[in-house]
Amino acid sequence: MYRYDHYDQTIVDQRVAQFRDQVSRRLSGEISEDEFKPLRLQNGLYMQLHAYMLRVAIPYGLLSSRQLRKLAEVSRKYDRGYGHFSTRQNIQYNWPRLQDVPKILAELATVEMHSIQTSGNCIRNTTSDHLAGVARDELVDPRVYCEIIRQWSTFHPEFAFLPRKFKIAVTGAPTADRAAVRVHDIGVRVVPDPEGGDDYGFQILVGGGLGRTPRIAQVCREFLPREQLLSYLEAILRVYNRHGRRDNKFKARIKILVGALGIAEFKGQVEEEWAQIRDGAMTLTQAEFDRVAAYFQDPDYAELEPSDLFVDSLKLGKDRTLGRWVASNVIGHKIPGYSIVMVSLKPKGKPPGDATAEQMELVADLADRYGFGRVVVTHEQNLVLPDVESRHLPEVHAQLSASSLAEPNVGKVTDIIACPGLDYCNLANARSIPIATEIGERIDDLDYLHDLGDISLNISGCINACGHHHVGNIGILGIDKQGEEFYQLMLGGSSSDDASLGRILGPAFPRAEVVEAVATVLRTYIDQRESADERFLDYVRRAGFEPFKERLYGDA
Amino acid sequence: MATPETPQLHPGARRIIRIGDAGPEIVIDHWQRLGDDDPLPSFDALPVLVSRSRAAADRAALDARVGSWGVWLAGDAAPEDVAPEVLGLPLVAIVVPKFTDGRHFSLATLLRTRYGFVGELRAVGDVLPDQLFYMRRCGYTSFELKPGKSLDTGLRTLDAFSVSYQAAADDARPLYRRRV
Repeated sequence: MYRYDHYDQTIVDQRVAQFRDQVSRRLSGEISEDEFKPLRLQNGLYMQLHAYMLRVAIPYGLLSSRQLRKLAEVSRKYDRGYGHFSTRQNIQYNWPRLQDVPKILAELATVEMHSIQTSGNCIRNTTSDHLAGVARDELVDPRVYCEIIRQWSTFHPEFAFLPRKFKIAVTGAPTADRAAVRVHDIGVRVVPDPEGGDDYGFQILVGGGLGRTPRIAQVCREFLPREQLLSYLEAILRVYNRHGRRDNKFKARIKILVGALGIAEFKGQVEEEWAQIRDGAMTLTQAEFDRVAAYFQDPDYAELEPSDLFVDSLKLGKDRTLGRWVASNVIGHKIPGYSIVMVSLKPKGKPPGDATAEQMELVADLADRYGFGRVVVTHEQNLVLPDVESRHLPEVHAQLSASSLAEPNVGKVTDIIACPGLDYCNLANARSIPIATEIGERIDDLDYLHDLGDISLNISGCINACGHHHVGNIGILGIDKQGEEFYQLMLGGSSSDDASLGRILGPAFPRAEVVEAVATVLRTYIDQRESADERFLDYVRRAGFEPFKERLYGDA
Repeated sequence: MATPETPQLHPGARRIIRIGDAGPEIVIDHWQRLGDDDPLPSFDALPVLVSRSRAAADRAALDARVGSWGVWLAGDAAPEDVAPEVLGLPLVAIVVPKFTDGRHFSLATLLRTRYGFVGELRAVGDVLPDQLFYMRRCGYTSFELKPGKSLDTGLRTLDAFSVSYQAAADDARPLYRRRV
């Protein structure tokens, strides 16, 4: 993985000194809270319902075991012994004290970590495919480009006060988008050079996003030569910085500008700007590609026999606990004999994405013992051990299981993405986490869970959509009806290559009925699908909403 | 385009931060701000700062003076429109209406990198110490802080970082063309 040299380390160290100075000026009153707000936000420090929340960047989700141990240590020393992994592959601490934050940042800097631009109206952490580097269907490792984008966007002086936040995602797998690039401000897809040959470039998508006005991104450029990546991003950001709306924060995202201008006009403006700066000093050099790519070379994999048959035998073996876990939480690795292990942070009865310090340390230990010391955070709020020799799967399972990290539900309906909701957030209208917890308890038969197959279920506690409910196969949106929590159900969303926005099924359900309504939706699918091969999403797309409405509302 | 209000005059001598040949320093500002209806100062050598509309209307009189003249621009001015009007001037001031409005960063950058403005580029208005590092990178060379803000803090924060990754108006080479 990427390692800092003295340039990178200097920037992060100086950031710590800068923020320490800013906090002391805030505490002395030299800076007002209004003036401090954007400064603390650009360091990932939010004011939440009960306390400050600190969001630490995990660039494209990749951690070393050493970094993960440091995150555990920080949670123990400065927080309440746990952290929350977010849908943007970051980690959040919910209870730090303002005066401790400079100390936390100094500790993070010792392991090449920071909280730079994890919130605020700037370019945020670039996210990517959590299977980058190990996926069988990958064309190019996207992390090289994520790192190049991270460096370009870090303290970019022109784009530090954009109209609104700005999120970029990159995928290197042309047919399996696991980075939700179509619901980002900019989505970058690695694509083969249409001229043929071995080279590749990027398709650039723009204007996707969720929130109050969900939009699927549109194509801004079909093929961008890879050495032009930064000049093209700069052109998009400049058009947005100059022309994005600033009069209304709910209409300030780039998707609104793209919608108002139309994609053709927007693209025209970007291309005109790009024509002025392309082929200049921002053109990426082969030396820089090589320098960054060298950090993402494969680790020293052993030469092993292929293990697919062994893994299949575990799935079907008589240890059903292990079998179910392998079936849902283990993915084939590009290197024979290895497996990718998904560590579920969605155990029954716990908030999605939370991990205790002890759990983080265990995962770090497993990464050292059974892998190459690497861990990845997924945007579905789980962790990945990317390089486990398949023969070690039973041991790894046993150890994860002992720490409640082996819930066999990755990709299943109880692998829920949820925002913090009314329990933590001052924007929320309704609670999210208790709904997630209760759905987990309601679907308690594991055979039934696996029979349901791959279903994404996303919960947001308000229309700001931090739980990405629009792109859940099942989406749940908390709303407020005369002071009471109600929940709308949406069906048909997806954030993958077939990206689509879910639509509202019908009238909202009160708090006491929403979990049962979800159970009814699932039963309807099980009763009416063509076969077990028809995924939930495919069934919804084929059959429409009528079968669900009949069962839920009693009429069509 | 909306014309912003004339930048506020501060009572008494005005001190600003200017990046000169010897680096950033705190200096007394001698430029006189003129409202659109203010008479030209009787002291003919005093440099004056005027709005775009006054510059257009009064150009002959301004050129006839001994003292220099410069123009102040709104932070959301379109660089392609204003560049022809300001290119040869010794001073252009950009009014930052609210520090969270980042449009002026693009304006400054483009005046420097695309249109080749070489005079003094000054930030005025809602200018806070913690924005100075970014402003300097975008081509600003002088800074009039919001009233009440510490110039010493400004001098310190101007140099918050000794390394930058990306190309900007102050250095056209991204770090990957400079890394050794």
